[in-house]
Amino acid sequence: MAQAGQTSRASLLPGIAALVLATGYLIALLAVEKQPLIIGLLAFGIAAVLAANWFGWLDPVSRSFADREDRLGCFAILAAFVVAVFFREDHFVLLLFVTVLLYVVATLGLNIQFGYAGVLNFAGASFFGIGAYTSAVLNTYTAIPHLLVLLIGGLLAALIGSLLLLPVLRTRGHYAALVTIAFALLLKTFLEVNDVLGGPQGMQVKPMNLFGWSFNDNIHIGSVELSFYFSYFVVSMVLLVGAFILVRRLERSWIGLNLDALRLDETAASCFGLDIARWKITAFLIGNFLIGIAGALFGMVGSFVAPNNYTFADSLILVSILLLGGIGNPWGLVVATFIVVVVPEKLQTIQEYRFLLYSVLVIAVLLFRPEGLLPRPVRSYFPGWRP
Amino acid sequence: MDLGVLAQYIMNGLMLGMMYALVAVGFTLFFGVLDIIKFSHGDVVTVGAFAALATFVSLRSAGIVSSPLLLLVMVTVALVAMAALGMLIARYLVLPLRTAPALNTLLITLMLGTVLRESVRLFYPQGANPKPFPALLPSSSINIGQFNLRLDNAIMLAAGVLVIVGLQFLLNRTKLGLAIRAVAQDEETARTMGINFTAIVLVTFAIGSALAAFAGIMNGLYYNEINFGMGLYLGVIGFAAAIIGGLGSIYGAILGGFLFAALQTIGAVALPFASAYKDVFAFTVIIMFMAWRPTGLIQEKISERV
Repeated sequence: MAQAGQTSRASLLPGIAALVLATGYLIALLAVEKQPLIIGLLAFGIAAVLAANWFGWLDPVSRSFADREDRLGCFAILAAFVVAVFFREDHFVLLLFVTVLLYVVATLGLNIQFGYAGVLNFAGASFFGIGAYTSAVLNTYTAIPHLLVLLIGGLLAALIGSLLLLPVLRTRGHYAALVTIAFALLLKTFLEVNDVLGGPQGMQVKPMNLFGWSFNDNIHIGSVELSFYFSYFVVSMVLLVGAFILVRRLERSWIGLNLDALRLDETAASCFGLDIARWKITAFLIGNFLIGIAGALFGMVGSFVAPNNYTFADSLILVSILLLGGIGNPWGLVVATFIVVVVPEKLQTIQEYRFLLYSVLVIAVLLFRPEGLLPRPVRSYFPGWRP
Repeated sequence: MDLGVLAQYIMNGLMLGMMYALVAVGFTLFFGVLDIIKFSHGDVVTVGAFAALATFVSLRSAGIVSSPLLLLVMVTVALVAMAALGMLIARYLVLPLRTAPALNTLLITLMLGTVLRESVRLFYPQGANPKPFPALLPSSSINIGQFNLRLDNAIMLAAGVLVIVGLQFLLNRTKLGLAIRAVAQDEETARTMGINFTAIVLVTFAIGSALAAFAGIMNGLYYNEINFGMGLYLGVIGFAAAIIGGLGSIYGAILGGFLFAALQTIGAVALPFASAYKDVFAFTVIIMFMAWRPTGLIQEKISERV
């Protein structure tokens, strides 16, 4: 049997092929400017995925990702750098790319809450906003090193989130949803009427400055000039990789097992001696911490914060990403975030309609494919093991 | 503070309370028959108000100027349209998901709320801006001492009371009401007694959504302005009001609505900074209340079968 286990370990090849194709497609999609071409490209992408699914080519890919995740993760980082280097002079595309990366970090945080512990949080964008406002205030009024500001943003999001702990712990299901929705509306109105934080107009955020190196200057290496967003890309990528590894390790550990048990059946879990409150608190705080860090960096990248960017509708967009990608599957989140963030930016005609479109899309997903585009696989403790 | 101002505050509180109560009753009705929370309920309020406004605009351009006639047609159209919308939602989005996890129903109704809200914003002409709502009720007022009783407010309040009394009559004195209460108590027994479950659910959703449309029109007439986001706030407050009174109880929902309005009015008077932070205060109260009594003043009896 041991030998069978060895031989059935999936090959790297399908995964690498899929990554290469996805990278090429992404570069093409980001490079194209003409609207008809973009529509054609999107249609082609959908058709290609459907066809691949039809021919059964997606199974080897998912198996290869499941078995060789660490290796393929490195290749995915490489692919991200290839895309970023390709667009090294293009501010807009790099900004879009950085936005995607930071949204992935935020949804990873949300994923710990929704996907593992089953704690509802419909105020994701609010905690993102808390992080962004933290960097706005601290960068303006203090000289705290900016890496520390990111950390403080995350901690503050977790701290403010902990004000909600009591109601969230004491309530379930719909009631808990109401608490977080009320918080989302509360925070937005608070930011709007608070003059210290700039009111409805918002605030400017000073750009990041690491060890005396200002992030607002373009980078010159010899004769090559890189957009200043490239530095943000590197920092976001580091953040994303860290968050991804954290979430993956968390899922694989006994903590993840506890969280899963908690989500699936609270009563049974507590019968087996799991401390429900403790794990709910853990998941809620870690999740908000990740969202807050992503928000703090996003504030510096966008160099501007305003209450209208952190509304309840934006929280619902984050939840949509989670549902589209398949709750609990980090790789699915990456794919879904690219779809949700990039498509409306490229397809100007649907930009205005994006909230509407994604709500309809999520309703369709819930009705016809409730497990999402890339459903969460069974946790595998031994690479290559099959039941 | 003199008596006139006090009476003014009480009047404002009563108006607010009536709107909250009407929305809360919808939540409690839906929860009664199906044990679900329909988060899109608040946005049905918005759509109802906008449907009334659209009717007004088209009637006006058709040359009708008589205020009572305009109002009558507006109310009828909005109520019927929202009742139909409520039935459609129940039939195609809520009922098919009965066996799915509760989270899915929650998400679907949340997303549906966004669909309604965004549809109003995008497809109503200039729907992103606040819209003036016509003042169709007589605007004269009666002076009682220093208190200035506006006739339109009095009429709206009376209409609200009538609607609630009517609902009460419907639920307690008619066969339909008996069927609704039977389904709310025990779905299976009700079915075996020959009650058409699906039909009762649809009718309940129609009633609740029509009440929401009524609340929307009331909101428009009271503030003389409607906007696409108003339903979200009303929905959250209405849901909280329904919880305060204990979900599933009609009286509780009405009581909760007025209690919440009272709190908000007292907050606006007592706290010096409250006028700007009115909504912040309201939502803080909701969150604190949920922490204190997660299932309402009259606590839900929790006994779980495993």
